[in-house]
Amino acid sequence: MQKNNNLKKALFLSGNEALALGAYEANVKVASAYPGTPSTEIIETLSTYDGLYTEWAPNEKVALEVALGASIAGVRAMASMKHVGLNVAADPLFTASYTGVRGGLAVVVADDPQMHSSQNEQDSRHYAMASKTPMLEPSDAEECRSFIRDAFRISEEFDTPVLVRTTTRVSHVKGLVYPEGKVREVAEPGLARMPEKFVMLPAHARRRRLFVEERLRRLREFAEAYGHNRIEWGSKEIGFITSGVSYLYVREAFPDASVLKLGLVYPLPEKLIKGFAEEIRTLYIVEELDPFLELQVRAMGVECIGKGVIPACFELNTARLKEAINGEKSEVFEPVKIPPRPPALCPGCPHRGIFYNLSRLRLYVTGDIGCYTLGALKPLSAMDTCICMGAGIGNALGIEKALGEDASGRVVAVIGDSTFIHSGITPLIDIVYNRGNTTVIILDNRTTAMTGHQPNPSTGRTINGTETNEIDLEALCRAVGVRNVVTIDPHDIDNTYRVIKEEVKRHEPSVIISRAPCALLPEVRRLRRPVFKVLEEFCTGCRRCLKLGCPALQWTGIDREEAERRGRPKQKGYTHISSVLCNGCGECEMVCRFDAIVKEAEDA
Amino acid sequence: MHERGNILFCGVGGQGILLASEVTSEALIKAGFDVKKSEVHGMAQRGGAVEAHLRYGSRVFSPLIEEGTVDVEVAFELLESVRYLPYLNSHSRVIVNTQKIFPPSVATGVEAYPEDILNELRKRSIEVLPVDAFGIARGLGEVRTVNMVLVGVLSGYLPVDEEIFIDVIKHRVKKGFVDINIKAFREGRALQL
Ligand SMILES: Cc1ncc(C[n+]2csc(CCOP(=O)(O)OP(=O)(O)O)c2C)c(N)n1
Repeated sequence: MQKNNNLKKALFLSGNEALALGAYEANVKVASAYPGTPSTEIIETLSTYDGLYTEWAPNEKVALEVALGASIAGVRAMASMKHVGLNVAADPLFTASYTGVRGGLAVVVADDPQMHSSQNEQDSRHYAMASKTPMLEPSDAEECRSFIRDAFRISEEFDTPVLVRTTTRVSHVKGLVYPEGKVREVAEPGLARMPEKFVMLPAHARRRRLFVEERLRRLREFAEAYGHNRIEWGSKEIGFITSGVSYLYVREAFPDASVLKLGLVYPLPEKLIKGFAEEIRTLYIVEELDPFLELQVRAMGVECIGKGVIPACFELNTARLKEAINGEKSEVFEPVKIPPRPPALCPGCPHRGIFYNLSRLRLYVTGDIGCYTLGALKPLSAMDTCICMGAGIGNALGIEKALGEDASGRVVAVIGDSTFIHSGITPLIDIVYNRGNTTVIILDNRTTAMTGHQPNPSTGRTINGTETNEIDLEALCRAVGVRNVVTIDPHDIDNTYRVIKEEVKRHEPSVIISRAPCALLPEVRRLRRPVFKVLEEFCTGCRRCLKLGCPALQWTGIDREEAERRGRPKQKGYTHISSVLCNGCGECEMVCRFDAIVKEAEDA
Repeated sequence: MHERGNILFCGVGGQGILLASEVTSEALIKAGFDVKKSEVHGMAQRGGAVEAHLRYGSRVFSPLIEEGTVDVEVAFELLESVRYLPYLNSHSRVIVNTQKIFPPSVATGVEAYPEDILNELRKRSIEVLPVDAFGIARGLGEVRTVNMVLVGVLSGYLPVDEEIFIDVIKHRVKKGFVDINIKAFREGRALQL
């Protein structure tokens, strides 16, 4: 694997790559994460550096607990995740705030304003206030590198975990980064028994509770002098308090204004803010999502304009900001209406065989998060709920308990392999324990596809690609008490139909493991299977194959004359298979009732 | 536009848009510019519309191009060239690969692929440079070089020496594919001469 050891010159890195570089420079020794856009590349990049341990954890809670453990052992440690991952990791976070650290502990959380790739738009800055933990917020890649270094230093100096928050436009924006080289080794690794600090019995916790309050007081003082809370003076007619990527939009839109840029967004420097506000005639607070800074600034008694004009939904940009503040939208071309191009399951995707059949069986499908969520889109339209990772299985049981016989045989939960391990096992235990008769389909495509093909505990590979123990999903399901566990190949359309139909009828829990590798995995791409083609003389234009929603299948309309020439006057068109897109999975061949779809000659 | 510029790359997931924007960014950096490039990963990549914003200048703040301020748009697919119309202005230049990739509603016969779509650009006096990049790439025997053909065309409108691009391609492209990618770049670059 390529090693990232060239630290001499300026580099062109994404925020995530820069966070990895900064963590490496800061001598991080243990880093754990669960993938999630836009955070995934942080640890992926870090895993290419030498001299430290990185891992994919089964979920974010475990990732943070592993990082905390490493910190307790006296080394610098990091956990990274997307915004919703911090909900999962919130439990250890809130108490890690009480215990504090030994080695520096950084928790990186990447928010996704605009929900480019997420199910909600939560503002993770609230976690800083709620857990009484300091939070840094870089604006660009170079700040990612230097802020994460600061995070470890602040963590050790103040005995606290430190949150570092990015957003999609920080994590996935590339810019110039200036490496500084590694810091001197500071950690003193080793086992140290410190029960008053690390055993949070109520008596110990009460003492730490007071410590946390005192720590916040000291952090507020620190915030006043911290170099990354800085004022850039310009015209004092209007001034801005801002942080993160919003700072960049402010500088772009109002290059002459004064700006107080906050690098530390919690806790805030009250004196600095008040001093700045006194000089400014009209003060704006510019932040994406919630009025997190604004509410605190207002609580200081400072008059300002914030969410009254700055949109709270979706990401900001230069134009939105100008419009909000100047009150006028600049004239641009109106968009023209053209066919949309939503994401879709890939040609050859193993999820398709499942959703095609779920659609045929008209089952109520409680879904989950992953590539397979695209099974909700037309023409498959076979998903009825998708809430958060692991939710589908519990949702199915809840529906069943609510409706009793009325739901019997009509509800099925689907969940990906990575998602099942993340948080699907505990609700499956609920089904067994409380005598549900839910059917769960585990979509085992041998990878965590949605986030870019990370290995997970059921793939038998680690983050570095090395071989490791592979969770046996069938044995796991049996071990928690599911007696009916069936494994199927989802590309076998007819068998898949039969098995699902049988299993949903059962009056006891059952698990169907649908196993076939993701079409984008190298081992599948290497197959170079013969592609399929349509024999036009047999195609009646029935459109049955189009119900698969495969991008390789394309409808070609024909006119009356052409239809008559083909001997089927009512035919409206026929299917064409794109040989560039087809990956030879063969599902359409099985679906066609007129034998019109055949393999291209293998030598063609 | 030579001191600073906004380049919008757009197309369909899987067309090599990220590599094209990457090569262009690195060439601009080597030529002495500050560069910011914004891209989106995750859900959108599965066959959906993909865009990358590249901004260069002596100092770049916002990572996103403001609507109405694109200098050059590089569209990897015909239809996609008009999807970002609000980002263009009447002085924008649009380099477009004339290849058609059907979106789902067209593939399933619900809608037709719009006819004469480039007219939407031309009638707003946007300069359109149609390129059969797919044809050129196929002619070279490697359809995956569509992106370098387009970078070649784009390079003619950027204040960066050809040699810098060649150098970047040598470093960025997988060994064994360097020569074919340089050829594709040169074919693209030769087009506007
Ligand atoms: C708590 C939480 N962590 C991470 C994510 C990001 N995420 C969405 S889907 C997914 C993985 C899906 O993998 P898998 O279940 O194997 O399904 P596939 O995409 O392979 O079909 C991840 C990590 C999330 N939405 N929520």
